[in-house]
Formats: sequence, structure tokens, C-alpha cells
Amino acid sequence: MSSRFSYRKYIGVTLVALALLALPFALSAAGTAWVRIANLAILFVFLSLGLNIVVGFAGLLDLGYVAFYGVGAYVYALLASPHFGLHLPFWVILPIGASVAAIFGVLLGTPTLKLRGDYLAIVTLGFGEIVRIFLNNLSQPINITNGPQGIAQIDPIRVGGISFGQTDLFFGLSVSGPMKHYYLLLLLLLLVIVVNLRLQNSRIGRAWEAIREDEVAARAIGIDTTRVKLLAFAMGATFGGVAGGMFSSIQGFISPESFVLTESVMILAMVVLGGMGNIWGVIVGALLLSFVPELLRYTVVPLQLALFDKMLVEPEVIRMLLFGMALVLMMRFRPAGLWPLGARQREFSIDKAAK
Amino acid sequence: MDVFLQQVVNGLTLGSLYAVVALGYTMVYGIIQLINFAHGEVVMFGAMISLSVISAAAGSNLPPLAIILAGVLVAIPACMALGYFLERIAYRPLRRAPRLAPLITAIGMSIVLQQVAMMLWSRNILAFPQILPMVVYELAGASISALQIAIIGICFAMMAGLALLIYRTRLGAAMRATAENPEIARLMGVDVDRVIAATFVIGAGLAAVAGLMVGLYYGLAHYMMGATLGMKAFSAAVLGGIGNIPGAMVGGLLLGLVEALGAGYIGDLTDLCQYGTLSAMLETRCADGGNVVLFGSNYQDVFAFVVLILVLVFRPSGLLGERVADRA
Amino acid sequence: MSSVLLEAHAVGKRFGGVRALHEVSLTIGQGEIYGLIGPNGAGKTTLFNVLTGLYGADSGRFSFCGEPLNISAPHLVARAGIARTFQNIRLFANMTALENVMVGRHVRTHADVIGAVLRGAGTRAEEQAIERRAVELLHYVGIADRANHLARQLPYGDQRRLEIARALATDPKLLALDEPDAGMNATETAALRALIAGLRADGLTVLLIEHDVKLVMGLCDRVAVLDYGEKIAEDVPEKVQRDPKVIEAYLGA
Repeated sequence: MSSRFSYRKYIGVTLVALALLALPFALSAAGTAWVRIANLAILFVFLSLGLNIVVGFAGLLDLGYVAFYGVGAYVYALLASPHFGLHLPFWVILPIGASVAAIFGVLLGTPTLKLRGDYLAIVTLGFGEIVRIFLNNLSQPINITNGPQGIAQIDPIRVGGISFGQTDLFFGLSVSGPMKHYYLLLLLLLLVIVVNLRLQNSRIGRAWEAIREDEVAARAIGIDTTRVKLLAFAMGATFGGVAGGMFSSIQGFISPESFVLTESVMILAMVVLGGMGNIWGVIVGALLLSFVPELLRYTVVPLQLALFDKMLVEPEVIRMLLFGMALVLMMRFRPAGLWPLGARQREFSIDKAAK
Repeated sequence: MDVFLQQVVNGLTLGSLYAVVALGYTMVYGIIQLINFAHGEVVMFGAMISLSVISAAAGSNLPPLAIILAGVLVAIPACMALGYFLERIAYRPLRRAPRLAPLITAIGMSIVLQQVAMMLWSRNILAFPQILPMVVYELAGASISALQIAIIGICFAMMAGLALLIYRTRLGAAMRATAENPEIARLMGVDVDRVIAATFVIGAGLAAVAGLMVGLYYGLAHYMMGATLGMKAFSAAVLGGIGNIPGAMVGGLLLGLVEALGAGYIGDLTDLCQYGTLSAMLETRCADGGNVVLFGSNYQDVFAFVVLILVLVFRPSGLLGERVADRA
Repeated sequence: MSSVLLEAHAVGKRFGGVRALHEVSLTIGQGEIYGLIGPNGAGKTTLFNVLTGLYGADSGRFSFCGEPLNISAPHLVARAGIARTFQNIRLFANMTALENVMVGRHVRTHADVIGAVLRGAGTRAEEQAIERRAVELLHYVGIADRANHLARQLPYGDQRRLEIARALATDPKLLALDEPDAGMNATETAALRALIAGLRADGLTVLLIEHDVKLVMGLCDRVAVLDYGEKIAEDVPEKVQRDPKVIEAYLGA
């Protein structure tokens, strides 16, 4: 993978890296809101890559993915907020959140992974809803989640003496809280991408792909499919848990409303748009579906006001329509995603003649 | 008031509504093994369209029943058209695609329909015009409204009608043949595409009536109402055995009863105070007739999902379903 | 007959009211090519699926290499050393030929998720060994030049070969082939026979399911005949071919 770096590729990577490092400064010129948008976009890339392990690699349609995100977020919020008076540092909580999410993944997966694809999808959806209902109601008789009000005043991340909740000067550059988050997220994202690439090109990754392609054949050559599927579920859940923790600390406030079915569907749309199983495609898909709605928000609203003197279509509607249409149109016209990997077209591209 | 009987009445009302919606899921699944995720949105459109018609006509001097009839007469063909459109545009092109592709399309369509409804009818919870006089009868300690009687009656009539259609008509025979084996049905001269379209249209017609009744029953309509309702009806279909028509009816009624009785009793059952003094903290909170309820009736929505998961894990063929071999 | 490799005793299997297998016993010796033939619907593939753990058996005892064989799950059977192919080829269609064979190494390798993520020296060495072995096997079955083609893009005959290579990647002691020549022309069939004979020469034991008696002639050491779920004959091919019960089973069907 890395040993055959050509000179030109090396320059390309350096340029991309520099651009990514400079990006928050450019964005904050347009407004700090854009840095926040970039941060959320990276979080969605994160989530999409996690879901991609389950849906893309192993071919298991998980419609309750947001539950793991929520679990990670709540673990963070409970351990670093005045709600219980606990204030653990983020590098302690993040692994805890990831592990708890992974345990939830195994809990959900153990009884359900024998189910056929579409049944599994519905069961995971039900699981996601159950988690949300519990988050909404576990304020009685003992107040654990604080119900629909959610949990506020979540501690900002602290590394060394640096708090991510405020602006600091580094080498004469003013670096805001969102910008610090950006760099931390970027670092984590790099890690996640490396982990994903390595998983894909590993014994386990091939076993996932084999199960997706033909489960019977996979079992016949000795793959313990239940175990391997469970690994996919647990890995996906782990990523979801980490993303949830980051979300908590960045937002400072969470409530069950952030972890609804629609959110799961949005993440699925990102994976589908980029091409299930294709790591780079999924990244682009997540970025597109994160940024395009925001761009629309800043263009469609003024445009409508200028043309009609009132707003006909809210940007939020356009955003959701975009997600819905992405799912429908991709399945119809480009089932392998916008950027299928040349030779490695996936299950969703099986030509009809071959069936 | 007799809590048990009251919850049975409520459960039957709810359950017969679930059953009618569940029929739409189960018919489509039986015939093309697709979970038509957008079916709940068809119900929502039924509610919204009839709401618009009824609101528009509410000022007139027509009798209330005529106004409601007008609402349903507009909603049925509109929803049927929507069902046909869904099948034709979204699902038919994917007839031969891998199994998960049409499911993903269905999820996408359901989002699109929600947003379209939101644009047409706003994002607010809309009040369903209460033009029917509220008539309540007493029945052995429980009260049952005329509306509840009507809902249960109409749902049962529709189920009976559907059963007649499926088991006594040529179209029904063609539907059963297609569900059994589309290839052979085609060879026997059945126009499979038409039969599948008809299945969607019939299911959508039932959904339209169900939507109107849900709106009248709760007095509300909202662009997201189809999502939860659809999931519950789907759970009912799975409970009865997906693909199985009588199963959907039984499953719907059962789920309605489970929900109503569950909501009625879960608070009492999980009140820790009745189980004696478990701890000092409990003791103080239980004193003076207080109670410590672990799960209240706000967990009502959980029942459907728990039932769904339990059935799928332990008896995927449902209560009435025979073992359907994997036809994928 | 040399030492016993696989022994199946009194295997029974029902599907609802249908008796698919009844009291079928067979013994396969080390290094044999053992044929299993019978008319369509005789229960050959059912027996095969029971043996390889795909269906549970209703009754029967199994031993492999002198030890009891657990047939409750396919992956356990594969781990024990029995690999199979399918009558209607089942490859991982959207993976390359090389990847298909590499997956076959799964059961003999160990790297887990943590190993894959850390990619230490041990994991890297294992990865290299997996790839090396897979390339070797592609050479062995004669399709190494197609290593990077997607499985579904391979010609039919090559798909059969790839499936055999993938089965061989699990280091089997017994290779079970379900009608490997189905849909092949005469040239392809001849090449396949040569491949199977070569496998035996290299020390592998082969269980071969065939529909047609003629095809097992000259290739199999011994042949068992199934009819209506029961074994009606077992002997060297020449004798089986002349057995009146066998002739009747085929003519009657």
C-alpha cells in the first residue's frame, strides 16, 4: 500500500494535507459557522465509515446505527457534565463510550444476525427506536438521561492545559474552539481511515466481503459467519460510539432528538451515495451530503426571498429531499455508488443477466 | 371504571386499525418479498387528504357523515394513485435487483413523501375537524364511543371484503398464484405486472380509509404520523406471519391489545413499592402512598418493537405463517 | 483398501414427510476417488449437504481421520478438513479470483481485528503467506493469468477451477466435488478429469458426485449408488455399471 508511493503521489498527498490544515482559517474567514459545519461533516464521515463496515463490507443493512452514536454521546455526557457531577477527561471517556457502544452492538447482534437481510434491517430499526424511547424516558424513577430536555453543560475537551472551549493564540495565530475541534477530528479521521483500509485488506475484511457475496459459500469454506458478522457489528458500533462522544463534547448539549431514525437514514444515504464498501467513495458521499445542504441553505433562502419575497421551500426540506432522492435515484441508476471502484464493483452491481 | 375492559375496547379499536394497515404490508411482501417502507406514508396521505376535504366542506350545510364520505371518496383514489405511482416508478425497475436495493429505495421514498406532505400541509400538528357528535355508550363498566364502534365495524368489513377478493375472485386467484411462484403464474397466463400493481393499489386504498379513521380517532394529523404507525403495522404483520393475510388481521388485533393492556398495566406492574421494601431509599419514596414506577405508560411505543424483535428472533414465520423458504 | 478417512454410518434425513436419506452408510479410504452416483432426486446432494454441515442430519454417526466428526455447522466441517464445491458454482462474484482463493485460507489463518488494525510483523507475514499460497493454487488449477479478474467475469470452465482452488486453499484432506463437470463440453470435461486425477496423485482424497455413470468410469476407485435416498450398490465402477439394480434405477427414472 505505502511502499509504492510515487514522487507525484507524494506531492499530491502533501498538497491535500496542507489544504486540510489551512482549511479552518479559510472557513473562519467566511464565518465560524462554517468551521462548525466542517466539524459536523467530519463527524458524518466518521459515522459513514463506521456504517460502511456493517453495510458496505459485510452487507448487513443496519437501520438503527444511530443508536450506537447515541450511546456514545450519552456515555460522554453522563461522565463529563454537572448532571452526575462527574468530570472525567475525554481520553478516558472516549474508550469507555466506544466499548459500551460495542457491547450494545454485540447485544443487538447476537440474537439477530441469523436473520435474513431485510428482517435484520427492520430489527435494527426497532432497536434504534427502543434506545431512543429509553433515552427519552429514563428520567424516572431515577434521573439517568434527563429525558427529552437532554443534558447540557457538557465539559469541553481539555488536552494538557488547552481547553477546546475557548480561543487561544498559537504562534501569533488566533485559534478558536471549533478550529481546535477541527484538528482533533481530522487526526481521529486519519486514524479511522487507516483502520478502515487495514480492515478491508485483511483476513477479516475478506471474510466480511465473502459473507456479503455468498453466505452459504462463505460458511462452506470455514468462515464462522455468526462470529465474523458480530465483529462487523461491534466494529461499526465502536466507530459510532467514538463519533457520539466527539459530538457530545463539541456540542456541549445533547438530547434524544439528535438520535432519531432519520439520522440513521441520513448516514445510510451517505454510504449509498458514495458506494457501499468503497472507503473513498463513502468519504466523498458523506462530505457531499453534509456540505451541499448547507450551501443550499445559504443560497436558496436569499434566492427565494429575492424572487418571491417569501420562503416557499425551507432549506431543511430540501436537505431531507436530497437524502431521500439520493437513496431512490442511486438504487435506480447507480447502485454501486457514484464512484464505484473500477474493477471492484460490489454486490449491488450484479448484472441482471447473470442472475 | 373497569380498566381491563376499557383497555380491551381501546386495544380492539387500535388493533383493527393496525390490522388494516398491516394488510398493505403483508400483501406486498407476500407477492414480491418487499418491505414497502413507504406504506405508512400512504396512510399519512390518506389522513391529510381527507383532512383537507373535510375542513373545506366543514362550513357547508351538508350532514357530517356526507362530509366524511366525501373525504374518503377523495382520499381513496388519491392514495391508490400514489400506491400505483410508488410501484411503477420506484419498485418495478428494481424487480430483479438484489434484495436490499428496493428496501433502500422504499426508505428513500418514505422520506420524500414525508417532505412533500410537509410542504403541502405544513410541519405543524393539524387538528382533525371534529364534525362527528361525540356519542358514548356504557358497556359493563367501560365506555365505548360510536366512533370506536364504527372503526371496528368498518375495519372488519374491509378485512372481510379483502378476504372475499383474494379467495373468491379471479384477481385474487392471480394474486395468490403470483405470490406462490411468479414465473409459473406468468406461464399460466397471469399478467404478473398488473397483479403486482393491483396489490399496491388495493393496499393503498385500505391505507386511505385507515388514515381517515386514525385522524378522526386521535383528532390529529401530522406529516410524520405514518412512520410510527407504519412500523407498528409492520410489526403486526410480522407477528401474524408476514405474507399471510389472516395473519395480518390477527397480528394487528393482538398488537393493539398488547399495546393497550401494556400501557394500562405496565405502570402498576413495575411500581417497585408493591414489592415490599427493597431498600431504605425506596422506603422513604414509597411512604404516604407514593410510588416508584420503573416504566410508565410512556413506554407504550416500545411494545410494538419488542414484540417485533421477539417474534423475528424466536419465530420468524409469525403466529400463523408457515415456514416460508428463503426465496431470495 | 487403505486406511479409512471418512466414515458415515446410517445417515437419515427427512424434509417434512419426504424421506430424503435412509440408513445410508459409506466409508471412504485415504487417497481414493470415491464416486457417488444416482438418478436425479436420489439424495446425492442432500447427503453431500449433510456431510458438509449445511443441513443437520436426523440420524447418523460420522467420523473423520479416526475421530468423531461434528457436522453441526459447515465451518466446523471445513476446519476438520473437508472442503466442497457446489453444483451451481458459488463464487464470491465481485471479488477477484485471487481474493476468492485468499478467503479460502481463512480457516487456516489467525489474524483478528486487532491484528489487522495494528498490522504487526506477524500479521504482515501471514498476509504474504496467504497471498503466496493463493497464487500457487491458481497456478495449480491453471488460471493464474486471471488472478485479478473478477470471479463473475471468468469463463465457465475457469469458474469451476477457481472454486476448486478456493476449496483447496482450506488445506482439505477430503475434497468433495458436486457434479463438477455440469455444463461443461467434452474438452473441458477431459481437462477436469486430468485435474482430479492430479489431485489424487498429490495425495488428496476425492468424493465425487455425478449424475451420469459413464463419467465416473476410469476415474473413480469405488462408486456408491443412491436411489430414493438409499444406497443400492457400492463397488468398483465396472461392477456397479452391470448391477441390475443400478440399471433398473436409471432406466426406471
